[in-house]
Amino acid sequence: MKKVYVTFLQEINKAIMEKSKFTDPFKQAREGKGYGEMNDQNDPVTMILGHKDVRKCAHNWKTFQSGGEEVGRIVVPSEVHIRETRQIPFEVDPPEHKDYRDLLNPWFKRPLESDYQAKLTDIINQVVNEALEKGSLEVVEEFSLKLQSRALTLLLNIPFEESERWISWGTHVFRSEDTALDADKANILYDYIDREIDKAIANPGDDLYSVLLASEVNGKKMTKEEVKGVLVLTFAGGRDTVINAVTNSIAYFADHPESLQRLRDEPEIMNTAIEELIRYFSPLTQMGRVATEDTQVCEHAIKAQSRISMCWASANRDERVFENANEVILDRKVNPHVAFGFGTHNCLGATHARQIMKILLSTLTEKVGSMKILEAKENIEDLDEFKRKVGFDSLHVTFNKL
Amino acid sequence: MAKITFITSDGKATTVEGTSGTVMELAVQNKIKGIDGDCGGVCSCATCHVHVNPEQWGITGEPDELESDMLEFDDNVSEYSRLSCQLKVSDALDGLELTVAN
Repeated sequence: MKKVYVTFLQEINKAIMEKSKFTDPFKQAREGKGYGEMNDQNDPVTMILGHKDVRKCAHNWKTFQSGGEEVGRIVVPSEVHIRETRQIPFEVDPPEHKDYRDLLNPWFKRPLESDYQAKLTDIINQVVNEALEKGSLEVVEEFSLKLQSRALTLLLNIPFEESERWISWGTHVFRSEDTALDADKANILYDYIDREIDKAIANPGDDLYSVLLASEVNGKKMTKEEVKGVLVLTFAGGRDTVINAVTNSIAYFADHPESLQRLRDEPEIMNTAIEELIRYFSPLTQMGRVATEDTQVCEHAIKAQSRISMCWASANRDERVFENANEVILDRKVNPHVAFGFGTHNCLGATHARQIMKILLSTLTEKVGSMKILEAKENIEDLDEFKRKVGFDSLHVTFNKL
Repeated sequence: MAKITFITSDGKATTVEGTSGTVMELAVQNKIKGIDGDCGGVCSCATCHVHVNPEQWGITGEPDELESDMLEFDDNVSEYSRLSCQLKVSDALDGLELTVAN
């Protein structure tokens, strides 16, 4: 009896200790009514929770639109009050959407080129080496933010040094400590992009700004405002998401040295491991749409002009699709996750993100023997009905060489 | 050994040979236009969508439930749609003709 009790305590202790655990706050609602309700700045959102319903809504861009008049409304929390620039192609619907996307797709597939991968490998080697030399560090600011910012210079094809400025902005470009959204902070980014566009006009090069400024879409030359829309999306969409994916992966391998060893022994499972970690962490919790007509989802009435969101994080734990959905199974072979969204507006930066994960995991297996979490402060999103851990505000980790 | 023909959106037919792996991997190795295989073959991205020549539907067989769920909300879906990451290259697929969906 006593022995059982001790084992029980050890199990509880382990669960509390395991910082890399991301529980599923949506289970009950998803398996019950199928949706949740969130009041976001007095503009309520019906959160769609099931895998199939989420895909169905993402597919149905006519009824659930992205390109409505109110710019920023499909983001949750809403950016209506802090942004006037339409993000492109994110806030444009078909058929106009297609030409923008066709223009951008080849550029955003550059991470598949060996030259890009070699440079990305250098960047990741550098941050991992730094961590090993320091011994211990705060991962969010000193590892993930640096990695993300430096990698972004490759995606934009601009000088490495520019990343210093983005790193100096800190992790939260749109948020300050006390308020969810902060217009002053957001303006730092918007003003910066305006200046960079003017620089590219004065002095065109082979960076993303210049390439877009010289491009035609739907038969018209791209305007400064449209170029800004693409760049705002690229900066905003790839910042917290990549930082969380990287930080959470470090936490996971710190808690699971056996998984790091397994990747060393079986490099052939690298691809399934990456997809599984992305499913499990789902760095972007949800994305909204505006209903164009009265309709219903999960037998719940959705009024025209009201908002729904597709909750990727919930869909990715749907037991009807994923066996043992709350476990990380590194060799999960069939993994139809929606962590990069689904359908027309699926993530443009996914190729870049996947390469970051691939090179990060390879580098960790080559250089890092073990990692230990010293202290962790969780980042919990407040979604009214649900509280979801999406990452860490801070994560102090010791890195040990292999 | 299997010879598999891909017909791309520009109408071009390309025949390639493979012995192992998946049809998606074979297509990516041979840079077949319209097959990206972004997710590496875990049935998540649907960028390896093909239409099987109806006369050869018996060779590939039908998609399983998860695969057909993914296809259900994909563009250009037909009753002969498959995700090529779920097709294993083997002698049985020799002579297969696939039309790339995207």
